[in-house]
Amino acid sequence: MSAALEVSGVSKSFGGVRALSLCDLQVEEGTIAGLIGPNGSGKTTLFNVVTGYERIRQGEVHFRGRRITNSPPDTVFKLGLGRTFQLTRIFARLTVMENMLVATQHREGWLRSMLHSPHAPGERRRALELLEFVGLAAARDKPAGVLSYGQQRLLEFAYILVADPQVILLDEPASGVNLTLIEQLADRIRDCNAEGRTFLVVEHNMEFVMGLCDKVTVMHQGRTIMSGAPEEVRAHPDVLDAYLGGDFPRADELAGA
Amino acid sequence: MTRRDETSPVGLPGERDPADPADPAVSDEEDPGARRRERVRKLTAAVLAVAVLVLVPVMLPNPTITSIGVFTLIFMTGATAWNGFNGYSGYVSLGHAAFYGTGAYAFAMLAKHVGLQPGYSLFALVPLAGLVAGVVAIPFGVVALRTRRHQFVIVTIAVFFVFQLLAYNLSWLGGSLGLFVSQPSWPGETFNDRYYYAALVVLVLTVALYVKMRNSRFGLQLCAIRDDEDRALSVGVHVGRVKLVAFVISAIPVGMVGAIYAYFVGQVLPQFAFDPLFDVAIAVMCFTGGMGTLTGPLIGALLLEPLQQYITLQFSASAIYLVVYGALFLLVILFLPRGLIPTTAQAWRARRSVTPEEPVELGAPPLAALRRRLVSGGGAR
Amino acid sequence: MRAVAQGLIDGVLTGGVYALMAAGLTLIFGVLDVINVAQAILVVVGAYLSYTLSIHLGLDLFLGLLVTMPAMFLFGAVMEWGLIRRLRGLHQGDFVVMAILASYAVATITEGVLDLVYGPNYVELQAPYVNRSYVLWGMHFPEIYVFGFLMALVLLSAFYAVLYRTRFGKMLRASVQNRTAARLIGINVDRVAFIVFGIGISICAAGGMIFGATNAFNANSGADLVSRLLTIIVLGGLGSIGGSLIAAILMIALQNLVAVVWSPIWSSAVFSIVLISVMVIRPNGLFGRIGARAQ
Repeated sequence: MSAALEVSGVSKSFGGVRALSLCDLQVEEGTIAGLIGPNGSGKTTLFNVVTGYERIRQGEVHFRGRRITNSPPDTVFKLGLGRTFQLTRIFARLTVMENMLVATQHREGWLRSMLHSPHAPGERRRALELLEFVGLAAARDKPAGVLSYGQQRLLEFAYILVADPQVILLDEPASGVNLTLIEQLADRIRDCNAEGRTFLVVEHNMEFVMGLCDKVTVMHQGRTIMSGAPEEVRAHPDVLDAYLGGDFPRADELAGA
Repeated sequence: MTRRDETSPVGLPGERDPADPADPAVSDEEDPGARRRERVRKLTAAVLAVAVLVLVPVMLPNPTITSIGVFTLIFMTGATAWNGFNGYSGYVSLGHAAFYGTGAYAFAMLAKHVGLQPGYSLFALVPLAGLVAGVVAIPFGVVALRTRRHQFVIVTIAVFFVFQLLAYNLSWLGGSLGLFVSQPSWPGETFNDRYYYAALVVLVLTVALYVKMRNSRFGLQLCAIRDDEDRALSVGVHVGRVKLVAFVISAIPVGMVGAIYAYFVGQVLPQFAFDPLFDVAIAVMCFTGGMGTLTGPLIGALLLEPLQQYITLQFSASAIYLVVYGALFLLVILFLPRGLIPTTAQAWRARRSVTPEEPVELGAPPLAALRRRLVSGGGAR
Repeated sequence: MRAVAQGLIDGVLTGGVYALMAAGLTLIFGVLDVINVAQAILVVVGAYLSYTLSIHLGLDLFLGLLVTMPAMFLFGAVMEWGLIRRLRGLHQGDFVVMAILASYAVATITEGVLDLVYGPNYVELQAPYVNRSYVLWGMHFPEIYVFGFLMALVLLSAFYAVLYRTRFGKMLRASVQNRTAARLIGINVDRVAFIVFGIGISICAAGGMIFGATNAFNANSGADLVSRLLTIIVLGGLGSIGGSLIAAILMIALQNLVAVVWSPIWSSAVFSIVLISVMVIRPNGLFGRIGARAQ
């Protein structure tokens, strides 16, 4: 299977701090991949690099075979790579429907965008379908700022889908969301995946990741330390060290002592 | 499922008001009839307003009144254009006076070299002067828009001062003596009327432009930029281009009314053409009326410009004018944070609404049917 | 060559005073997120206050500072408490922009009041040392400039000492970095706020006195000063005191150089040209904080 997303040898420093150090990551087409690691391991920085919010001098990023290293965010989005943010970002003063309509689906000169109404029937219908998909259709004329946090997350998920992205990066989609919604979110992700979309999910919620992802990559201190099936990763000693700091004796050591 | 409090976020200038008839957020799919009725109502109101404005010089032929009228129309246009950029993008420019002055000087210079006799034909230079202002706005915007909001304000102030400096010191701009514009020899009582109607035409065109822009995809993108610029970028909005275009477009009407001003007054002096208080005055008008709404700047200018003219006529000393304007501005900022239009509209709505808003429910969608529609409806890439 | 050296000397000495005024401005921005556009006109107020004290009470200019500085501190504290704090509650989202506009309004009112009270005529502060110069190696060091530079050095050093050696300074720096977190650990951010604003404005009194002694001024003098101060702090990087210091001395020295080498008319253009160039190359200024601050 070809790689939907390939990160090779990416390094990024902020001042004296090495946020990323020779990271390697592959996400195969049509899978749901997970990215885990303790706080500060560089997961969000990696997302920022991939989607063009941070520039790198070392390393390469390829999207479906195409080099997107250092491409700006709007280019990346138009190529088919969507992303959510850790702190949900929606357009608070626009209505829910308008939030959906902002995501452009095709390149358009500014002159034509002045002449066109955003309420073109085809786009509106699609936006409505997606809102129904996440269950927010009833709220479509309300300003997005009045939605609850969990609802805003779903809205963010929905408007990423408007542009029909092939690969979607989710940055902690389950954080701050109640259990019912988490389940719904997981279902939506699986539904989209069934249509052929690829996902890369950063999460701290282990159950969410283990239950959802085909492959999990672990990051620690800016490095990708291992990659594998969820069961492998869960029991791997290096992963435990990364999370627990290596001060705790391992189970087998305890047993043997 | 917890429900957030139903009140909208704290009144931020530029918040679009659902009660504003020009607001496109009204849902139309269930009731196309309602939308059409809304548009008819809006159009009728606009036509009536224009009719009233057209009749003013006829009903009140006093030259003092029409002179105030000319300046009022000028500021109504300026405020609409300024709000068109600042209110919708959230970037506040305090340097638009640079475009006013550019339009004035451009007109004066074109008038001198074109060789037309002073009369109606010189009005044709007004759009040209506006275009000059627009062209000048391009480098101005490119430099200024590289910065984020608070630096942006400062840069606009600084660039404005450069314009003023150039006007004072460049000899081909007349230096501190400025430029003269030959005036036509129309009769004294109705002299102002021609300028009045010219300004009215520019106003109507400007308002029409911004109505169109507001209801367009471009306007939506601008509002998205105001709410979250980075997020807009990540959903494919070409933020830099949108901001620059909006900025340049807002310069053109300001340049045009600057040209009308030059023709009206007959003399272009650097301290009046490039007047730092121009932006303050317009900002006050927009805040008073309500930033980000269409009618707000119009109402604000309609209320405040005659006041400004009156003060200038009564006390020729500008010190009192400074104190009054500054105090007014402070009062507006402190006590009418959202401006007149949104505040009154909200009060109106509060009085009318009886039923509480329904909670926002989440539904479990029928998956199979939706999945089918999504697969077939999604665009191929 | 001598003229150039003289111009540079004048520039550096004057730059020190501008640095002081700019430091107040950048401090207010750093702690309170307010770009106080009124700073320039308040400098003129300081000049007028020194003027009144020296004319009507015969007070020496430097002694007069003992009165004007506390007075303007009070003004600053009141402005913060009455205006800025209220704005923060009303306009959370667009606070920075609203604060700029509010300070613009204050500046406008102040200019009007000054014009009404003192009239349009230019005045200048007089004292025996205003027109005298030290002469060293054939170069003139005007006494007032030297005193001003020394005073600026003293005040700025006191400033640094407070900032880095006292507990108050620590609280201040904490509030700059992260206002919410500072409040959470018990720092009375409101008290820090109005003290900082007061300090920033009281500096205007000192700067104003030097400004008034070295320039003929009237109510309108704030306009020119505003663009210079704003350029300096943007150049140095909003919020960086060290940056504004360096930027001030650099800019004033450069301006003087241009005035001597080329023409005084265009020397004020130097500011704007440099500002625009910096905005194009490095929008965050020389030492500015990059990106949004955590709040």
